[in-house]
Amino acid sequence: MIKIVDLSKAFNHLVVLDRVTLDIPDGETLAVIGPSGCGKSTLLRLILGLETIDFGQILVDGQDVGKLNEEGLIKLRQKIGMVFQSSALFDSLSVFENVAFPLREHTDLDDGEIKDIVENKLAMVELYGKGEIMPSELSGGMQKRVSIARALAFDPKIILYDEPTTGLDPITSSTIEALINKLAGDLKVISIVVTHQLSTIFRTAHKIIMLDNGKFIVGGTVEQVKRSQDPVISRFINAGITL
Amino acid sequence: MQKRIDKTIVAFEQLGHVTIEFIEETGRIMQLALTTVAWIFSGKVNLRLVLDQMVKVGVDSLPIALTSAAFVGMVFAVQIATEFVKFGASKYVGGVMGIAVARELAPALTGIVISSRVSAAIAAEIGTMKVTEQIDALNAMGSSPISYLVIPRFIACTLMLPLLTILSDIFCFIGGYVVSVYLIKINAVDYINSAQQMVKFNDIYGGIFKSFIFGMIISVIACNKGLRAQGGAKGVGEATTSSVVASLIALFITNYFLSVLLFK
Repeated sequence: MIKIVDLSKAFNHLVVLDRVTLDIPDGETLAVIGPSGCGKSTLLRLILGLETIDFGQILVDGQDVGKLNEEGLIKLRQKIGMVFQSSALFDSLSVFENVAFPLREHTDLDDGEIKDIVENKLAMVELYGKGEIMPSELSGGMQKRVSIARALAFDPKIILYDEPTTGLDPITSSTIEALINKLAGDLKVISIVVTHQLSTIFRTAHKIIMLDNGKFIVGGTVEQVKRSQDPVISRFINAGITL
Repeated sequence: MQKRIDKTIVAFEQLGHVTIEFIEETGRIMQLALTTVAWIFSGKVNLRLVLDQMVKVGVDSLPIALTSAAFVGMVFAVQIATEFVKFGASKYVGGVMGIAVARELAPALTGIVISSRVSAAIAAEIGTMKVTEQIDALNAMGSSPISYLVIPRFIACTLMLPLLTILSDIFCFIGGYVVSVYLIKINAVDYINSAQQMVKFNDIYGGIFKSFIFGMIISVIACNKGLRAQGGAKGVGEATTSSVVASLIALFITNYFLSVLLFK
């Protein structure tokens, strides 16, 4: 479970999160929506401990992220998989080596065990047998899937998706959305999906919240959001296009 | 009058701004250097990555480093040998050549070559990783960019620069020998004898020690610039350029102080 309590974060006096509170139970897929630059990605970075918390708490399975030392953060990050907007694959490493990277860095597994795990993860994202390809030879959608496979390397309990379908064509987007649903269903992980894409929001989320002027506007389930009378949410949804 | 005062105030403000920026940047570089050294002593070194970087920094730099060394030795010989012959001091050419090569030419030249080639490559590679979120990905997977990126480059530069300098010493001296003996017609035995008599081990060790320090400086500056790159391709370009400029300036300043310290 992730518990966010009174969380605040500012960059050079620009407040992006202003005393926000939220609970995300195990197995839930939460979509975080909102205009560009409103702090959605910052929220993910705060959960991972990549940014310092100005005020408040983030509790991941009871662990206070803000109070963890470097060693504690490393252990926490092994429980969390992160899929970056740009995929962030290491371009000097092959697909196989990208997925194997966290295993080589943090475990004593031998090459055979690593190979088994990597092939299993690549199969989960339907890229079995593509391990020798370099990231630059892959399409955007395939890069995103490799990024998801890498995020799964440690069998995380939480997966954070930063704009997983932005810039992808509708067919590839729906493939990624189906994959997010499959992983949420099969692995029972907490998924937090930061996105602008309405299709991704409606196809993946159990619950939707909107971030506006540093505050959460809790939208509820997909159906509740579609019927919402809140002017900010309804303007976002009815715009029918990405903000 | 008021305009003149305003201009003076603006000039002082700009000077203050530049000074603060310089001090902050120096502080960041020192902090990165200290963290890197502390991590190395705590044993967080990936030997495979270090060897990869040693090949990139050392082996791949051999052609440019040795060609530069040979031709600088040759052109230096053209200048000094010609003048020495005029003054009847041709038997000292080898010694002067040897001292100049060991103390200054080889370490400084190798430092300049590595600053230009390797510092740019390091800043560009790490800078690209920064702007494409690869550094964030490293952190997100619980790996440190210092351990994965900075330490291998730091060790590789620190070890390979002295080795390249030793080879540059040899090539530079041979370049001088070829021009002095075969073009200016200086006696080969005099050239070698004067070098043996005038060049002390301290000159050679001092030059190698300087290159050891240059390796540290170049790698830390380049890694710092890369890690602080932002703003896409433009940011990477700026990081690369400023890495080369800062490395060269730091190298020349350090070279002066080390030379005073070691050879005065």
